[in-house]
Amino acid sequence: MADHILSWMTFFPVIGAAAIAFVPRERSEVIKTIAAAAAFVPLVLAVQLFINFDRGITDLQFVEHYTWIKSFNIEYFMGVDGLSVPMVLLTAFLSFICIIASWKIDKAVKGYFALFLLLEAGMMGVFCSLDFFLFYVFWEVMLLPMYFLIGIWGGPRKEYAAIKFFLYTLAGSVLMLLAMIAFYYNVTDPVTGDHTFNMVHMMDQANHGGLLNVNSARFLIWMGLFIGFAIKVPVFPFHTWLPDAHVEAPTAVSVILAGVLLKMGTYGILRISYPILPDQAAAFMIPMAVLGVINILYGAFCAMAQTDMKKLVAYSSVSHMGYVLLGMAAMNETGMNGAVFQMFNHGCITAMMFLCVGVIYDRAHHREINGFGGLMTQMPLYGSVFSFALFAAVGLPGLSGFISEAWVFMGSFQVHRTLTIIAALGIVIGAAYVLWMLQRVFLGPKNDKYDSLPDISAREMFTLVPIGVIVLVLGIRPMIVVDLMKTSLNHLIKVVSG
Amino acid sequence: MLNVETLNLPNWADARAFVPELVMFGAFLAALLGDIIAKRRPWVPFAIVLFGAVTALSYAVAGLDIQAPAKILGDMVVVDGMSSFFRMLFALTAVVTVLFSWKSEEIMGPGREHKGEFYALIALMTGGMMVMAESTDLIMLYLSMELVSLTSYVMAGWMRGSLRSTEASLKYMIFGAMSSGIMLFGLSLIFGLTGSMTFEGIRAALSAGTVDPLALLTVTVLVLAGLGYKIAMVPFHFWAPDVYEGSPTPVAAFFSVGPKAAGFALMIRFFYTTLQPVVDQFDWPLMIAVLSVITMTVGNLSAVRQTNVKRILAYSSIAHVGYLLMAFLMLTEQGLQAILFYLFVYTLMNLGAFLFVTAVNNSLKSEHLADYAGLGFRSPWASVMMMIFLFSLTGVPPFAGFIGKFYLFAEVMRREWYWLAIVGVLNSVVSLYYYMKIARALYFDKAPEGAGAVPVPALQIFAMALLAVPTLLLGVMWGPLKGVADRAVAVIAGL
Repeated sequence: MADHILSWMTFFPVIGAAAIAFVPRERSEVIKTIAAAAAFVPLVLAVQLFINFDRGITDLQFVEHYTWIKSFNIEYFMGVDGLSVPMVLLTAFLSFICIIASWKIDKAVKGYFALFLLLEAGMMGVFCSLDFFLFYVFWEVMLLPMYFLIGIWGGPRKEYAAIKFFLYTLAGSVLMLLAMIAFYYNVTDPVTGDHTFNMVHMMDQANHGGLLNVNSARFLIWMGLFIGFAIKVPVFPFHTWLPDAHVEAPTAVSVILAGVLLKMGTYGILRISYPILPDQAAAFMIPMAVLGVINILYGAFCAMAQTDMKKLVAYSSVSHMGYVLLGMAAMNETGMNGAVFQMFNHGCITAMMFLCVGVIYDRAHHREINGFGGLMTQMPLYGSVFSFALFAAVGLPGLSGFISEAWVFMGSFQVHRTLTIIAALGIVIGAAYVLWMLQRVFLGPKNDKYDSLPDISAREMFTLVPIGVIVLVLGIRPMIVVDLMKTSLNHLIKVVSG
Repeated sequence: MLNVETLNLPNWADARAFVPELVMFGAFLAALLGDIIAKRRPWVPFAIVLFGAVTALSYAVAGLDIQAPAKILGDMVVVDGMSSFFRMLFALTAVVTVLFSWKSEEIMGPGREHKGEFYALIALMTGGMMVMAESTDLIMLYLSMELVSLTSYVMAGWMRGSLRSTEASLKYMIFGAMSSGIMLFGLSLIFGLTGSMTFEGIRAALSAGTVDPLALLTVTVLVLAGLGYKIAMVPFHFWAPDVYEGSPTPVAAFFSVGPKAAGFALMIRFFYTTLQPVVDQFDWPLMIAVLSVITMTVGNLSAVRQTNVKRILAYSSIAHVGYLLMAFLMLTEQGLQAILFYLFVYTLMNLGAFLFVTAVNNSLKSEHLADYAGLGFRSPWASVMMMIFLFSLTGVPPFAGFIGKFYLFAEVMRREWYWLAIVGVLNSVVSLYYYMKIARALYFDKAPEGAGAVPVPALQIFAMALLAVPTLLLGVMWGPLKGVADRAVAVIAGL
């Protein structure tokens, strides 16, 4: 497995899904165990990746490069650098956690776990592929399981949420498809002189020709890609699928949606748009920063207005992804590292929050913030864990979210001073909606209706504690993750700023 | 032009190149005779036609790699790379349709008459479609088209007791007669303008530049009317939803791929051969681009509001004609490669989707979306395959439909028709909505109380798998098929 570590990480879940298909429907414990095992292997490999990854070089590592379709020069080209490694780790980690968190699923168990594993494969593939065609295939493959996971196992408005998610994302990705084809016909492989989907060749401006020498065409391609990725992030005004999808999806799927899927949008911008069209990226810094600030503030205000816990967490994601955009728009070392680190941290923190919301929803069967009260005395352990997650979301110093948000602000303050000052308001509003929720749910007079609620179970703790530990450790020693990405990001900044 | 003295009489060399067609026509006669001799035991013609179609398929596959075009039957028919590709496609369609019809209540159910003749007609029509793809002469063009059309009218009205089926047949015929009349007029004008009946002769006359562009545009439009009817291109598409809805579902399945592909074959042969030298001299690309946009948009938007699955699929197949036309507009080699690839993939997935409707129709006796509720859990295997077909039709990886669409769009982008590409991809997004309406019924909607499993016969599961497995595999490893399509385009007579 050491040779093709990325392929194994991507396709082992597929093998697991295929195995599940042959297990009789009634043996749900067997199905769940297979699923957990199939998600555990990529996690182990991810640890190996983490250990063996060379932090000092900008080269692509663990590369696998084969011809896939000769006539169109489509390649099976996998590899990771400092930008993708944190995302790969996050995907492997959260997928495993989510399989465990889904243990209580009892409807069509077989389908659920098989689809979940396919979803993991799709996400992993997106973060590992370096051929644009391959990237696109994984990007879309991931939509299919997600559609069914929301639509079959979701809440009351699942059908609406599922199709809305699917339509929005597909609309974005078809624009990306056209951008991809435009790249193909205007980029040549320096060795063979043929057109190519190889992203590494695309990043070298010397290989650009035809349309890619025309500024207006470059702008249009940039916009096509940006809209495709922005829908995924989601950037205001393309965010409206998010609250629906997050609220209707089952807990584990919400975790994946917020924890990993949103990151694909910003990852795509950093992996594809920035290095291939650096001039457009540089010209788009201010709009990007403005969009980031809108996301931060708009998401935070919307979160404050929610009465449904899950919706609140969903809007907080919109707000937190705004920080990522702001950091990316700064285009300096502090800002970029902050942005990518924030991607990782938000993945962990929002996962904790969704899992916590899931815990209470499983017990009380609703998520109304005003329907609870004084839960801290009834469920002290749960209360502490949830509070920990919420404080992490606020950006409490000592927890990982603080570091990345601070870096984003420090980075962007050097470039977009006014915007950063406005964005800082988001921290205050963030604290407001989080603490206000905490107060209404956990403090105050106890709601007698919930006298018999059991506290958080061992299995649920098993899903939450590892994430909590990571959030805490990274709050104290952020360099564990930042060292992974620093070199690659600095290289990227050099490319973009010329 | 035909001249009795120089006419090459059919000889053995011709016959060898013509085996799949002869097998299909032979199967037609044998099935008719067999039906009578065996005293109307339908398995006899079923077996004869199935055997014939499989034989034709193997011959067609074996003959795929053709070195040079062979003109036979007095130069009216040509066997080249493209026609070999198409006869493989038609033989495959026939095999699957025959297999599927055997267990379909609409064809074989109690009270149905002349079951054997149904298979005979499939054989006849398949042979006719093969000739359509091979015609290089205006007379053969018209004859082969009429052969296929006349057979279609009978098959559409197969359920004699059913009002809808009879209506479908009549509608099909009236529309067909109209359009072939218009086309015939166009063909006669072409003869008048160029003085030639063969496609190559017309090409030579057009290249010489003696034909007025306006006259050329006029005849092109007239011919397009006839061919556009066959492929269900807007605005000649009105018959399609009604005919598909009224015909027995296996017949609708056959119609949605067979004659459509044959129409495309004829259109490719005719327009590539005749117009390629003068394509830039009149508004042909723009005309096709506009027709393409209208076709896909009308198809997709109409499909959105349908509640009958057969009608949804009918409109969706209209939309697919629109996508195919996109690659048609510049009459390039790459465009043709993309069209052939897409037609093959389209045959797999569209046939598959219709077969699902046939399969569940046996138990449900309905094609309404509302009655499909919960089928995903009542008929799991067939439904999973239906999802493969639907996703493939939408054009989502990792299914073959995506690859097909990718090549179409790549060709449009290569020729720098950017607005067309954008309209095309947005249409794909619209199509997702109605395909997913079916998915939603299958998987998200609750089955009514007491609704039991919907059994699908093993034979039909097998036939669907015959289509679903390649749909999936070709989405991951499509190199070989692309190679076949590319080689087919490399050997085309008259180009």
